[in-house]
Amino acid sequence: MFDPLVIGDTVLSSRLFIGTGKYSRNTLIPEVITCSGAEVITVALRRVDPAGGTENIMNHIPAHMKLLPNTSGARTAEEAVRIARLARAAGLGNWVKIEVINDQKYLLPDNLETIRATEILAAEGFIVLPYMSPDLSVALRLRDVGAAAVMPLGSPIGTNRGLRTKELLRILIEEVNLPIIVDAGIGRPSEAAEAMEMGAAAVLLNTAIATARDPLGMAEAFREAVSAGRKAYLAGLGPVEERAAASSPLTGFLG
Amino acid sequence: MSFYETLTTLEKYPYEELWKRYTEVDVKRVLQKERMDEGDLLVLLSPAGGTYLEEMAGKAQRITRSHFGQAIQLFTPMYLADFCVNHCTYCSFSSIYDFPRKKLSMDEVKREAEMIAATGIRHILILTGESRRENPVSYIKECVEVLRQYFTSISIEINPLTTAEYKELLQAGVDGLTLFQEVYHQDTYKELHVKGPKRNYRNRLDAPERGCQAGFRSVNIGALLGMHDWRKEAFMTAMHARYLQNSYPECEISLSPPRFRPYLGEFNPESDVTDRALVQIILAYRLFLPRSGITLSTREPAVLRDQLIHLGITKMSAGVSTEVGGHTNEGGTPQFEISDGRSVQEITDMLYANQLQPVFKDWDILTMPASLSI
Repeated sequence: MFDPLVIGDTVLSSRLFIGTGKYSRNTLIPEVITCSGAEVITVALRRVDPAGGTENIMNHIPAHMKLLPNTSGARTAEEAVRIARLARAAGLGNWVKIEVINDQKYLLPDNLETIRATEILAAEGFIVLPYMSPDLSVALRLRDVGAAAVMPLGSPIGTNRGLRTKELLRILIEEVNLPIIVDAGIGRPSEAAEAMEMGAAAVLLNTAIATARDPLGMAEAFREAVSAGRKAYLAGLGPVEERAAASSPLTGFLG
Repeated sequence: MSFYETLTTLEKYPYEELWKRYTEVDVKRVLQKERMDEGDLLVLLSPAGGTYLEEMAGKAQRITRSHFGQAIQLFTPMYLADFCVNHCTYCSFSSIYDFPRKKLSMDEVKREAEMIAATGIRHILILTGESRRENPVSYIKECVEVLRQYFTSISIEINPLTTAEYKELLQAGVDGLTLFQEVYHQDTYKELHVKGPKRNYRNRLDAPERGCQAGFRSVNIGALLGMHDWRKEAFMTAMHARYLQNSYPECEISLSPPRFRPYLGEFNPESDVTDRALVQIILAYRLFLPRSGITLSTREPAVLRDQLIHLGITKMSAGVSTEVGGHTNEGGTPQFEISDGRSVQEITDMLYANQLQPVFKDWDILTMPASLSI
């Protein structure tokens, strides 16, 4: 089945995006890529060290991967913009995941600063994927200022709590005419499948794979869950009924 | 508002009585909670809490791995100058000791930086004694100008400054501030800090807050454990950290649990902080402040550090010398004796052997010299 995800001018067949932080060793990354089938990988510019030799994370990312540099560590739109420009200057391409976090307790994104950074960077030709707290009016503004997709959180980053923002995600999926990529909070493959069944365009995860006892096994599990969830969405889930429905209707004789 | 106001209230708590009162039931109840308050912190630091270290450790490890991953940030301290006008009874740099004092020239700073950067280290912590004549803010700034060519994150551990001075250093490229209160107990503080500007308790206590206000990305605080009852000192440190984190959510507040180490003089600490006590403190910090960094220095011996990395530590120093110029083998008098003299490579190997990734670089200095704007 041909079911591509198109972002900017890039055609993707995998709907599982992965991260690079939190692994016990960077040499796991290529193996996780293989097992997950991911084509997009996000990397924090703050961790990229061109002079770092084998410790440089970039030496562990295969060339065929689509890089999604992120602005982790930015506390304001200005810092995010500067980091994005540094990433492009460092040869990491023109995709950027905007992360503006001004709260070290819960690591929740600052939606207003995120809109500002998105506007500036989209105007400079970046393919901007902003990480945000799910809010309809913010998502619409992000679309209007040039975001290529919107990345709402399922629950606070690193918590593995699943889709706590489910009702809000559902509204974004219905109302925002852009790919909705659920980012952060997904702890189990079943939750990734649930996001995909709801119609999310993709999911991004890191902690759940990186901190699993067997990261490769977990990468594979997520690959299958994302694929199953997507298939279920395309196939059209049956409606959920409160009571059992007889397969031979009682009023069938009425014609 | 300052933490001092909170502290004067906290000083009135009947600690001994509370700590006697807490039982296993209290500890079990606290360990089931997800968010901990001040009362829970007291339970974690109590003698009853000390009998539940394994349970606390399990929870601390889970929290740390989920927030920080299987990774430990590495940094190296660089001593710039050992001139000091203070007389503190526990420190080798104290003004009463007669030894040739030293301050690195910019050439020497460059040579030390080259040596340290060659080990792969990208985060540096620069230290000085307190002497506004010998190592004023302008000297630190000059050093930072050199260091930013070699490192991607520069933190300072120097005497307390004003907010305006901190802003100056931030603009020059410094992004982190480390400042230990040494001892929160006010009478002990007065006894230990005999002479010099460091006698001013309040000025030191408020300095981390000035650092937050100036806009540093990270502020690291701590009590020098062993100077006073460690349970109370750990309690005050964690409460100080929580106050700062709540007041300045944009700043990453970290904690250090430094234990007193032998030095040039004869001072003997008042409170014996055993390994069990140190572990209890680290675990209490982690459970009370799940997102805070916890920094472990080479004050602790290798054999202990290799175990503590699993209990909530997120940053550690490596390839350490506490002498001015100690990385180019022209060093002077060490500030204190270190216990873990392993090289950066040895620490790296040890971390990998423990399924932990050493992180060398985790930031880029974003302030630009005026000539280079991007």
